Amino acid sequence: MSEPLAGLSVDSVTGIDVSLPLAGPGARSFAFIIDWHVRFILALAWYVLATVLYNGGFSLEPPPGHQQTWFVLVMLPVLAIYFLYHPLVELAMRGRTPGKRSVGIRIVTRAGEPPGAGALLVRNVFRLIDALPVAYGVGLTLMVLTRECLRCGDMAAGTLVVYERSAADTALLQDAARRVGKLDSAGAEIAADLLQRWTSLVPEARIRLARTLLERYLGADADLSDADELEWRARLERLARP
Amino acid sequence: MARGPRSKAREEALAAALLGRAGAWQEADLRAQQFAHDRTDDAAAAARLAEDYRLLAHDLARARALMPASRAREYLESAYARVHATLHHRAWDAASALRALFVAQTPAAVRWLLPYLAWTLLIFLLSALAGFALVHRYPDLIALFASPDTIASVERGKLWTQGLLNVVPSSILSIQLFTNNVVVTLFAYCLGFLFGLGTLYILGLNGLMLGAIFAFVGEHGLAGELFHFIVPHGCVELSVMCLSGAAGAAIGEALIRPGAGGRLESFRTAALRTGPVLVACALLLVGAGLIEGYISPDPRFSLPLRLVIGVGYWCLMVAFLSGRLFTWHAQPRAPQRR
Repeated sequence: MSEPLAGLSVDSVTGIDVSLPLAGPGARSFAFIIDWHVRFILALAWYVLATVLYNGGFSLEPPPGHQQTWFVLVMLPVLAIYFLYHPLVELAMRGRTPGKRSVGIRIVTRAGEPPGAGALLVRNVFRLIDALPVAYGVGLTLMVLTRECLRCGDMAAGTLVVYERSAADTALLQDAARRVGKLDSAGAEIAADLLQRWTSLVPEARIRLARTLLERYLGADADLSDADELEWRARLERLARP
Repeated sequence: MARGPRSKAREEALAAALLGRAGAWQEADLRAQQFAHDRTDDAAAAARLAEDYRLLAHDLARARALMPASRAREYLESAYARVHATLHHRAWDAASALRALFVAQTPAAVRWLLPYLAWTLLIFLLSALAGFALVHRYPDLIALFASPDTIASVERGKLWTQGLLNVVPSSILSIQLFTNNVVVTLFAYCLGFLFGLGTLYILGLNGLMLGAIFAFVGEHGLAGELFHFIVPHGCVELSVMCLSGAAGAAIGEALIRPGAGGRLESFRTAALRTGPVLVACALLLVGAGLIEGYISPDPRFSLPLRLVIGVGYWCLMVAFLSGRLFTWHAQPRAPQRR
């Protein structure tokens, strides 16, 4: 099994360090693929809309010859969307992009802060190197080879890509709080989560997870006899009753 | 050491109390996110954010000890990091950032790059001389530097730039030329990553091409016409190429001779220090592209006018890069003697 990635640790005045887990090549590639589709769809949508309006009917054919108006109104915005997507969106969203946001990662400096405009600019300029020779070959190779999973742009700009958990399910955590006592805190969280998601899971998964939890906390005292799923839910609720 | 039942019960009570505060964590996190996006002068709100920071630090320390493998700890880590970043990150003001970029950072970076600029200029000039000498001595070598169409056009006694505006409109030509120049400039910068060799290659190749083309058109009596074409935009365009080459050379040197901080730190420092120069280069190339698209191929512009435009834009570039363009009117007056 591969070793987990190191995290970024930043000292703070409270004495409690800020700890951010680093995102690996998988999460970063996934975010990039989402972003690539977002910018491709945006550029395509502009092309279709502007060309249809320009032609005055549903025709996607570019006009014959070099027409200045068509080039400025249609092609220039398309190229701008495609090539300026990353620097502009990262700047506007303070180190995030729609792709990064959906994967739960963001760009930070080594101090754990959102990067400034200069760092984001340098990071994006070095995409020229990272994208060589094809499909981000250099960038991916560097990410795999470096301990902090850095591509060339990150090295130049002093940035890192870290995971972030965007929002807490506070109802779940408060429900878990009421269940601590019969269970430890981790078990209380799992039980609260399982009961909350009970109806969205397939029946086999509900029963398998409930059985595992009962076995873990009750051991030999657990009633693991075959039963329908309502009975399994009742057993779980008895185990984790507030 | 085994934990007694009282200790276990105490830990469970603490964990339950901790989890019960999830609502307060979320409120603190939301306040921090709001602060990160909006500007405020409300001192009470700022003091409250500092309180939130202490609350999250306290609860995170407990969560790390009591429930290290829980979701609550994971969430607290992220919320604490967000509040930390919000408290420690300076407020973003686009206007002041732009002012700092053009008035302070760019001139400082250019001053730092002056020795590198001298070397890159020398390399470029030597390459141009070498290209000129090579093609002057062995005219067949022009095939290495120019396309067959360009060679055929010059051999017919006509520059490839003549009638360019009949084929491509100025606006499209400007954008094509701007894009091409920006790509060359960015590559000259980025390829400094290869210990400066990539930058050296791009500068050398462009110098060789320029010298070779001048030698070739000179053989056919067209050097004056080519000079006419190049002078309005070329002064700035070639200077920008040398400047981005200087930035690439600085990156290369940072990798070849790193300081005490190590190679990575040295590379990072050089890249961030030279970053503002790239913004300036891109802006200057917009102007050069417009001149190259609208003025350079247009035969109605006379040579004196072309010289005025070329040299004038070059002087504007020097004023821009030195920061004087933005500060000349703000120079403090010398104190008057009584």
